[in-house]
Amino acid sequence: MELLGLVNYALFMAIFICIYALLALGLNIQWGFAGLFNAGIAGFFAVGAYTSAIISTPAAEGRIGGFDLHFVFGWIAAMLAAALVAWPIGKICLRFRSDYLAIATIGIAEIIRLVIKSEPALTNGARGISSIPRPVGDIGYMESQIAYLIIVLAVLIAAYVLVERQFNAPWGRMMRAIRDNEDAAKAMGKNVEFRRLEAFIFGAALMGLGGALFAHFNRSITPEAIDPMVATFLIWIMLILGGSGNNRGAILGAAVVWIIWSVSEIATDRLPHEYAIQAKYIRLFLIGLMLQLVLRFRPEGLLPEPLRGDQRATKSGADQH
Amino acid sequence: MDLFELLNFYVVPGIVLGSIYALGAVGITLIFAILRYAHLAHGDMATLGAFLALAAVTSLGVSPYAALPIAIVGTAVVAVGIDKVFYEHLRERPKIVTVMASLGIALMIRAVVQVVWGVDTQTYSRGIVRPEDYFGIRIRDREIFTILAMVALVGALQLFLTRSKWGKAMRAMSDNPNLALLSGIDNKKVVILTWVIAGGLCAASGFFLGVNTELKSMMGWHMLLPMFAAAILGGVGRVEGAVLGGLIVGIAEELSVLVIPSEYKAAMAFAILLFMLLVRPTGLLKGKVL
Repeated sequence: MELLGLVNYALFMAIFICIYALLALGLNIQWGFAGLFNAGIAGFFAVGAYTSAIISTPAAEGRIGGFDLHFVFGWIAAMLAAALVAWPIGKICLRFRSDYLAIATIGIAEIIRLVIKSEPALTNGARGISSIPRPVGDIGYMESQIAYLIIVLAVLIAAYVLVERQFNAPWGRMMRAIRDNEDAAKAMGKNVEFRRLEAFIFGAALMGLGGALFAHFNRSITPEAIDPMVATFLIWIMLILGGSGNNRGAILGAAVVWIIWSVSEIATDRLPHEYAIQAKYIRLFLIGLMLQLVLRFRPEGLLPEPLRGDQRATKSGADQH
Repeated sequence: MDLFELLNFYVVPGIVLGSIYALGAVGITLIFAILRYAHLAHGDMATLGAFLALAAVTSLGVSPYAALPIAIVGTAVVAVGIDKVFYEHLRERPKIVTVMASLGIALMIRAVVQVVWGVDTQTYSRGIVRPEDYFGIRIRDREIFTILAMVALVGALQLFLTRSKWGKAMRAMSDNPNLALLSGIDNKKVVILTWVIAGGLCAASGFFLGVNTELKSMMGWHMLLPMFAAAILGGVGRVEGAVLGGLIVGIAEELSVLVIPSEYKAAMAFAILLFMLLVRPTGLLKGKVL
């Protein structure tokens, strides 16, 4: 019995790590490779979660939906919806320094939160959308968890392979060039604004997919399902600690931070009630402090951005430019 | 709806809210122009200021207005301390790294407030204050104090910036940092001064929000977007622009409930922000664009 509980918990953690790793990969496209500061990850996450929920649930009283489509359509729609939200924001803000994008993404996340809370026709208000189907239908609890883990893992691996391939392609080299020296990239004839917009939208689509995976895992989505600020911040610390610019680093960071976060939650839940609430905020304080320490002492993260061929050649003195 | 109703229920509250935003926006605009990054912990610093004043009220038993100077000094010290401990070593790195650090600081300050003062709403003083009638315009004493304090603080700051040696140094750093450094301006002192001013104004902003509404641990975070909208609307680096922007954003938010559902009041600031970035990123008074 004890063993079964442990296995269950491990499965639960693994699924969450995969979902967060997907979000961190999305952020890595935006921040690690294009230098774009997205402080509204939770907003794109929520858009994806609700879109997929609306697309794939059966009809219900008092809200739109009832399309009852296959979950694959829900996930594709989630990516499209998140990309669609990202497009105007990127279009307006990417002409300027990333500071403006940071403010605007905080804003869009806030607006999305307001819409979710006050448009019951769309999101069923505070009760949220429930009975979102799991991809493999109705099987036993354990089997369902295992099946879901396999699916999420497959999605993560596919995303990792595609993103990694893209980063090593000329596109990735160009994005790094734009990130590191915008003027030089512009002088080489690169359309900086458009390329940044590409990176921003691709990243947002992955975040939307992460949200959809979460909604189907949870079987329901409510406005209170995640704390926007905490979720956004956790994903940031995952990427920075793991190593921004390194896809494996993003995944490793997701695993490390999520394990620390959940284990500390177990620890604080054992405290007497009057300390338990305070302990929650102390954990938040410590995760903020962790970011400051990483930025100060190991800004490159656990797995630094790999020095690729061209940079290696320059380092060894063979100047090919 | 007659004119007085419009004034009493929308314009006056808008000006009061706008004055509160203006106090924060001035700090944001100074940091944006002199240190050259968006400071995302500004709202939570205002929360801290408001709660420091509450601590002075409850522990010393002074009146809220007597607690304001204590909160201003306390928050200014905290702001300088945060800069020394967390931001100073990032100065040589790309500025966006400091923006990220400030997001973490926002979370840390809020966590401290939540641990020390809890998450329940609190007030400086209990009881309902009835507005007084001035020739048909109904306004409360605390609302008059808020507007007057904003005018006095910003006026003093403007005098300092235009007349004193250090004020001129700050403006020089904002206009052209390299030239300012070449002419022998002490960068470190300018940075400290900027944080003292921004921290103090933050505390005033949070305090007056607390006086006019109530104290919550999320109060400052929700002010962040309107304050940035105000700073960008007025023109980054322009103190009088930040005041103008703050007032416009405040009044626009209050008036917006006439045309859109009141749940979306907070979306007004975001709409103004995006609109300005789209049509005139330098702001109304021709500020900087970073």
